[in-house]
Amino acid sequence: MSERNTEAKPEPGIRLTEQQQRARRARSIAIAISLGVLAALFYIVTLVKGPGLLERPL
Amino acid sequence: MSVTVACAEPSVAGVGDYIELMKPRVMSLVVFTALVGLVVAPVPMHPVMAFTALLCIAVGAGAAGALNMWYDADIDARMARTAARPIPAGRLARGEALAFGLTLAGFSVVVLGLLVNVFAALLLAATIGFYVGIYTVWLKRLTPQNIVIGGAAGALPPVIGWAAATGGVAIEPLVLFLIVFLWTPPHFWALSLYRADDYARAGVPMLPVVAGAAETRRQILRYTLVLAPVGVAPWLFGYAGALYGIAAVLAGGAMIVLAVRVRGEARGHTASKQMFGFSILYLFLLFAMLLVDRMATAPLAPLWGHFPTGT
Repeated sequence: MSERNTEAKPEPGIRLTEQQQRARRARSIAIAISLGVLAALFYIVTLVKGPGLLERPL
Repeated sequence: MSVTVACAEPSVAGVGDYIELMKPRVMSLVVFTALVGLVVAPVPMHPVMAFTALLCIAVGAGAAGALNMWYDADIDARMARTAARPIPAGRLARGEALAFGLTLAGFSVVVLGLLVNVFAALLLAATIGFYVGIYTVWLKRLTPQNIVIGGAAGALPPVIGWAAATGGVAIEPLVLFLIVFLWTPPHFWALSLYRADDYARAGVPMLPVVAGAAETRRQILRYTLVLAPVGVAPWLFGYAGALYGIAAVLAGGAMIVLAVRVRGEARGHTASKQMFGFSILYLFLLFAMLLVDRMATAPLAPLWGHFPTGT
């Protein structure tokens, strides 16, 4: 078997640098928090408005 | 067969860059004036609903800021004051700013419409549209009256706050609109007097660039002479108490004194810088006094009290 076949081939696609990975992780966390806040906001406002929320004309 | 696909460089933009894109200082002034519009409204608002309205207005203002930076990236790169912003500094791509701005604009308007009321949401949408479409895209590069007309966008938040609480508009928030509207030209022209080279380099036709410093100083004085009495109007019309009236008269007088000094300044920009700095304090003081005045005359209803929730 030749030495060539045992060499690991670089995976195709874009490889993120460490800085890019850190930035992406920070952005992902920020998006998750924002979505959490949005869900909590809808939940709390629904409680505040009570059943009247569903009674308005569409 | 291998296929080469052109793609953008992965982003290194951090959360801080996106926050900077939202112009947090402008956002804080927008939130503050909207809060005053909301509090002075005759209809008490449930604290959760008030928070929701202010959050949507803040996010909407951030969206407008992001879309402004998306469109003005070329101008920002040529001006010393704005060259370090995320796009000209190369930390964030224009497309990212556009996507971010559009997403925030959509969410802020839809959430305000769903959770608070549709009229306030339409006003917020109009404000974002006016700031981006009319001011940023159309007027800013076209006419020295850019900030006069564009100032309407910055003056609308107290009206949105009032609309969030009441579902409509009245004379009171329109007076607040007029105060911010008339305040904007002397505020920005004072800044542009000592940043004229920057604006000229970027090709932005600000008044000192197009009409010269002398004409700008005249215009600052004229607008301030109109602004000072309008600033007192909420007291004269009986919307605010004597505390506000005294503060508005004194602060308006100080604005006029500064504008006269700007008018008479032959060399240097000391008076212009003082005018710019004090104008921020002036607007903050007027709106803070309205808030204090309302708190003094009608303290906030207790949290367990009855609030209309706009269903």
